[in-house]
Amino acid sequence: MRRFRLPGTWKVRVGYFLLSIFILFTVIGPWVAPYDPSYTGFTPDLSPSSQHLLGTTLLGQDVMSQLLVGCRETLVVSFVAGVIAVVISIIVGLTAGYVGGKTDEVLSLFIAVFLTLPGLVLLIVIISLFPQGQQANPLVIGSVVALTGWAWGAKVLRAQTLSLRNRDFVEASRIIGERRWRTIFAEIGPNLLPVLASSLVGTVLYAVSVSTVLAFLGLTPITTWNWGTMLYWAFANNAALAGEWWWLAGPCLAIALVGTSLALINFGIDEYINPRLRVGNLSNRERKRAGLSRRPKLGFTPVHRVTPVIGAPVMAGAQTGPEVLATEATASTPAPREDHP
Amino acid sequence: MNQIPANDAVVATTNGITRGEVILEATDLVRRFTAKGEGGLFAPKKTLVAVDRVSLALRAGEVVAIVGESGSGKSVLSRLLARIITPSAGTLALRGTPIDLRSRRTTAYANEVQLVLQDPFASINPVRRVGRSLERPLRIHGTPKDQVQARAYEVLESVSLTPPQQYLDRFPHELSGGQLQRVNIARGLSVRPKVLLADEPISMLDVSVRLGVLNLLRELCDAHLLAMMYITHDIASARYIADETAVMYAGQVVERGRGTVVIDAPVHPYTQLLVSSVPDPDQLTHQEHRATTANAVGFNLEGCRFSPRCPHATELCHTSEPPMVELEDGHSAKCWLVADAAQRTAVSMRPGPSSEG
Repeated sequence: MRRFRLPGTWKVRVGYFLLSIFILFTVIGPWVAPYDPSYTGFTPDLSPSSQHLLGTTLLGQDVMSQLLVGCRETLVVSFVAGVIAVVISIIVGLTAGYVGGKTDEVLSLFIAVFLTLPGLVLLIVIISLFPQGQQANPLVIGSVVALTGWAWGAKVLRAQTLSLRNRDFVEASRIIGERRWRTIFAEIGPNLLPVLASSLVGTVLYAVSVSTVLAFLGLTPITTWNWGTMLYWAFANNAALAGEWWWLAGPCLAIALVGTSLALINFGIDEYINPRLRVGNLSNRERKRAGLSRRPKLGFTPVHRVTPVIGAPVMAGAQTGPEVLATEATASTPAPREDHP
Repeated sequence: MNQIPANDAVVATTNGITRGEVILEATDLVRRFTAKGEGGLFAPKKTLVAVDRVSLALRAGEVVAIVGESGSGKSVLSRLLARIITPSAGTLALRGTPIDLRSRRTTAYANEVQLVLQDPFASINPVRRVGRSLERPLRIHGTPKDQVQARAYEVLESVSLTPPQQYLDRFPHELSGGQLQRVNIARGLSVRPKVLLADEPISMLDVSVRLGVLNLLRELCDAHLLAMMYITHDIASARYIADETAVMYAGQVVERGRGTVVIDAPVHPYTQLLVSSVPDPDQLTHQEHRATTANAVGFNLEGCRFSPRCPHATELCHTSEPPMVELEDGHSAKCWLVADAAQRTAVSMRPGPSSEG
């Protein structure tokens, strides 16, 4: 067995790098923040300087400190929401897809209802049901956001499970005597991972924006610091009209970068799970040199084969002859998933 | 779970299996499928009889070929024998022991009867390395961890994938169709089954590697005293490999015989049609060929199933089902043309076709 290796394209590395920075600040943010984010004693309305890297607010608070402290709540809420939503979508989607029949019809209807419900309105209603003290709890906000965000993932998972259920390898695993739950989780499961990953990424992104919007609208307590409450205060004090761009740029940029990093990581998960996308971990330049197309062509699978070392004992009787990087036509091969262009 | 000794040849003989012994016997297997009827929500459901009273005996060291066109029920038959699909009626006996068909299929049964699927590209999990797919059945069937790899090497060698180390770490998409089908067969064989059911194992392969896989199956059958069922629509390959051939049409066995007699001297009009559709290099002039299919014509459910397509069909064929008639030793056909004259008069003397259903 080869050891687990993270895919090494630049996109993925950038994604890991960005996300790890944000996760680092999620952990240490409140400790490394230069000032107390709620302290109002600085000169108001300063543009970025060495004293205040992201300037100060109209109320005389340090924006950088607010950003660092607020990172924790935003990310914790988003990941809690993402994980809960994915768990719900796995349960509902896999069951609907694998069991089928009446169960599928009922669950599909359920999914459709949640898809068409206006999420934000539902969120506002549900959030208001919680007592004031609970509304700041990341677990509570996360679960409520998950409640409106799981349906899309469930629908995609159901569709993917349906297409996998009748594949020959699923039947083959039954033939060799595999138990049902193992068939679902060990045979179908890994084939669903890219969908799960993209579903997780999508839901976390959704949760970042939704929790931000909730805070921005003042529906969650505005006294705690996250990127949403920062934007709330910025707009409440007309930062945009006053030209205080640094007040807005910080949280907006942070949200965009979190989204970018998750999307980049998703590419990598895709390549790891779908071996067809992994041309021997070659970079674009290396692929070009090897005469391989940079994008998978329809019906053609880029295949990277180990070149046999002449005289090496393992390869001594290789039937397949000297193999080099080759684009092998496998037009009749049903791809495990569509190759991403 | 029992541990499996390391040497194949020893197992095959010391387990008390003798060549020609009946390993898996099916009697009057029936499988019906119900489908939604045409014409609205409350239309009556249609019943399709995919396998209709098929009896079959698979013997150690022998290959039984099942020949038939698409939709003749041969694949369903293989899944009935593998107990992936539950029969609607009929009995199965493994080495003389009747099997309770309502009970769940057990690991022990999977250990004895293995099925090799048609499409090697689809039947091996694309995200797993070949080694994982191959080692999994061994783990399920209780091979100790330290012996799994040795056994995987052994089966890969037995299907002529050498050196085995080279294949275990590959992904399925890195192997060719022929290699994959060998892996597929190796997976079936890894648990040392007594019965191997091969569902069109060569139909998805390049013509150039078909013979190799066929020879491999034959060798494995002889070496391990496997009872093998070989399903195909290619009558030539059946003639090449089989000890016994059965021709299926619309779920029924219409002609069967030992050796090559079915293909060399076909009696049933359907078998004759199948044989004549094989291109004959000695006869290069264009042959007029009936291009009808069962789907175009439909089945006759009352009389002989083949009667709508049969060039020799008589009134009798349309109204009552012919019996299976033994012609000579081990060769029988289900056709009124060869039925005993006494039987024919007995049927035609009856007041008319029964109007049940």
